[in-house]
Amino acid sequence: MATSFDVIVIGGGPAGYVCAIRAAQLGLTTAVVEKEKLGGVCVNIGCIPTKALLHSALVANTIAHDAKDLGIRVDGVTTDYGVAMKRSRRVSEQNSKGVEFLMKKHKIEVIRGHGILEAGKKVRVDKTVYAATKGAVLATGSRVKGIPQAGLTLDGKTIISSDEALFLEKAPTSMAVVGAGAVGCEFADIFNAFGTTVTLIEALPKILPLEDEEAADALTKSFKKRKMTVIAGAKVRKTTLKKGGGATLEVEAGGSTQTIDVEVVLVAAGRAVNTEDMGFEAAGVRLDERGFVEVARETLETTAKGIYCIGDVAGPPMLAHKGSREGIVVAERLAGQTPHPIRYDNVPSVTYCHPEVASVGLTEAACKERKLEYRVGRFPFSANGRARASGTPDGFVKLIADPKYGEILGAHIVGADASEMIHELAVARENELTVEEIDLTIHAHPTLSEAIMEAALDAMGRVVHI
Amino acid sequence: MATTVFMEALSPTMEEGRLVEWKVPEGTKVAEGDVLAEVETDKAVMELVARADGTLLKHLVAAGATVPVSDPVGVIGEPGEDISGIGGDGGGRGGGGGGEQGGGGGDSAAMTAPGESAAAAAAPPEPVIPAASAPVPPSDGGRVKSSPLARRIAKERGVDLAQVRGSGPGGRIVKRDLEGVTAGVAAPGRPAAGFTDVPVSQMRKAIARRLAESIGPVPTFYLTVDVGMERTWEAREALKAMGPEGKVSFNDIILKATATALRQHPMCNAWWQGTTIRQWHDVHLGMAVAIDEGLITPVIRHADQKTLRELSAEARALAERARARKLTPEEYTGATFSVSNLGAFDIDHFTAVINPPEAGILAVGTIAPRPVAGPDGGLAVERRMRITMSCDHRVIDGATGSAFLKTLRTMLENPLALVW
Repeated sequence: MATSFDVIVIGGGPAGYVCAIRAAQLGLTTAVVEKEKLGGVCVNIGCIPTKALLHSALVANTIAHDAKDLGIRVDGVTTDYGVAMKRSRRVSEQNSKGVEFLMKKHKIEVIRGHGILEAGKKVRVDKTVYAATKGAVLATGSRVKGIPQAGLTLDGKTIISSDEALFLEKAPTSMAVVGAGAVGCEFADIFNAFGTTVTLIEALPKILPLEDEEAADALTKSFKKRKMTVIAGAKVRKTTLKKGGGATLEVEAGGSTQTIDVEVVLVAAGRAVNTEDMGFEAAGVRLDERGFVEVARETLETTAKGIYCIGDVAGPPMLAHKGSREGIVVAERLAGQTPHPIRYDNVPSVTYCHPEVASVGLTEAACKERKLEYRVGRFPFSANGRARASGTPDGFVKLIADPKYGEILGAHIVGADASEMIHELAVARENELTVEEIDLTIHAHPTLSEAIMEAALDAMGRVVHI
Repeated sequence: MATTVFMEALSPTMEEGRLVEWKVPEGTKVAEGDVLAEVETDKAVMELVARADGTLLKHLVAAGATVPVSDPVGVIGEPGEDISGIGGDGGGRGGGGGGEQGGGGGDSAAMTAPGESAAAAAAPPEPVIPAASAPVPPSDGGRVKSSPLARRIAKERGVDLAQVRGSGPGGRIVKRDLEGVTAGVAAPGRPAAGFTDVPVSQMRKAIARRLAESIGPVPTFYLTVDVGMERTWEAREALKAMGPEGKVSFNDIILKATATALRQHPMCNAWWQGTTIRQWHDVHLGMAVAIDEGLITPVIRHADQKTLRELSAEARALAERARARKLTPEEYTGATFSVSNLGAFDIDHFTAVINPPEAGILAVGTIAPRPVAGPDGGLAVERRMRITMSCDHRVIDGATGSAFLKTLRTMLENPLALVW
């Protein structure tokens, strides 16, 4: 194997492997260093398996709650998390093999092992030192973490993370999910569908704290309807592991404390970035005050010349698609091009539980904070023909527009397929289309997307269908 | 409705372009984005593309002509359209342009300054359409690439999008390109510019020609003033006493005073352009920095609008970047006037070489205690500094330069005059 490449990428997740493919497309000799499986967290223990499980959960819920109404007689439906989990493993494996294939197709060398930086754009893996002539790219991603201050240190058995949840053989009888961001809400939904009694706990005043408040409220309502307990503005003060299994949590909310007994606690309160034992000091790579790798925003170059950083470890938002885009931009720069700068203010954010929550741009609270003038346009799916026909009337489209020019400041969708619909607004914002252009574009009928058109009309004061 | 094809600034420092070759003959249909001509700039040969769909009705300049940026070079429209109103506002050709300087063509071959790299090759007189006639009609007919949001903003402010440069994908005009742009900023037919081009009068042309023959490319003369620096010294000490944030150098103060004085003497803040003198409205000060390989002059943009504190920080940062060879071309081009300070080397007095096309440069000597005639006829000792200004006689006359130096000296001898 060669030991000198134009580009060496450390980390084969969605940021790293996409960077490598783009670099190879542009004619650069490329290597990816990966110590576990290609595809990283996303493919193996993140995005992909959770979406497979969520699909199982959706079908389980549909059959359990809607089948009779839809004209399907179902007797004795049972769920088996273990089977769903095995399916999700198969899907992950397929995707991971897919990435392996892509590496071969683009003639990207895959070096198995833990990569450590050395000064002068060199990467050491075990005993071999590889040289990157144009640049080395850090894409080492993130990992799960517990909340030791609350007694929630991960033990892999009772206090678990998403890593373990994705491999459970059966759904626990009861579960407390601590942290109600996208990960927490998705797992709450999954296990609830498979029969677990779920308590969702969030420290901030509302679940999905990064999303618009109306979206958080809609999801909370939906979760409660499905018999999940949702406690927001709550902090876990103490955790006691019970002999024989399970844990007791002391949760303080609104001045009062309650105890919750569960079989399993799933901690989903953030991820830690992988920056240890990578030779950063020797190479001159510095971390910023939040612990992410310090990079120049425009070029994504670290404090060490010729070393770049992409993905989770380069900073928020910690999303696979943001990492991928950063990978492309760095690859293009290394090939001597001047790529279009990344619009960090236009990265869609999606939570894939049901109903789905998707957003791009500012929340209403953020608009208020920045003292921006704005108008809101709303349209509920309960008034949308397609949603009614499909039995998915929950949710709404909310557009926040600038009153003067109609610029779309923020878009928030709650409902079935929100994750797909949000792209209409992402494309609109990327190209500076206003609510006027959304209306002028004829939307097919009957579709859920018509609700976007109606919300745009509502933002201009002339909604038609409510 | 016809649209004008302008000589565009194809690089940030481009001032004029030589139209090497028309790629499209008159009467040919063109689409937006088609290459119309090859243009030679200060950096390379580049392509001038059509900004509208239509027929290229007319070549307003012939191949081989050198034309300043933002001058009209062609017209796109419908065959048979009346285009007599277009192309008449070229202020930079052959001393034409409207007004009294038009004169009967006079020295129609524009004054060329041999040896100036960016100099105009003689702009061939191509007075196709009478000057000072109708200004360029706003091009709402031709398609200019812009986002819907940008179009809305432009419409509301009355900005003609044809005058705005787009920074979005494919040269599209987007919201940020309209920041700070209002209708009044763009003069007809010209993108928003921070300068006024004054056509060179016959007398100016004669002076320029004669002096160039006698001295060389830049006919230079020198003016020296001796400046009392006691008050500035005290003021600086007082700032230092505030703490580390109050530390500014003497050069920072001299730069600030120079920038402020230049605003009051715009003829010194100018460029010789051969057929015009470009009086800049903004002051972008070049600051000479000695580096290992020699000398480079990074530019402090809008030096007149910056506070002493900001100027000081920027000067320091630029000097560091200069020494580290990290300056980008945008950072060392575009100065309207320069300052060179050899005070740190204990030089009493020297003359600096002007950086064309600038019209002047200051050479600042060291501050040292010197004997001076005291108020009562006796001897006193005062800190004094000598500044020598090199002036391009084609732009700055003795009286003009002296007036500027008088203002500068007043500010340095009386620091409050800086804000008067």
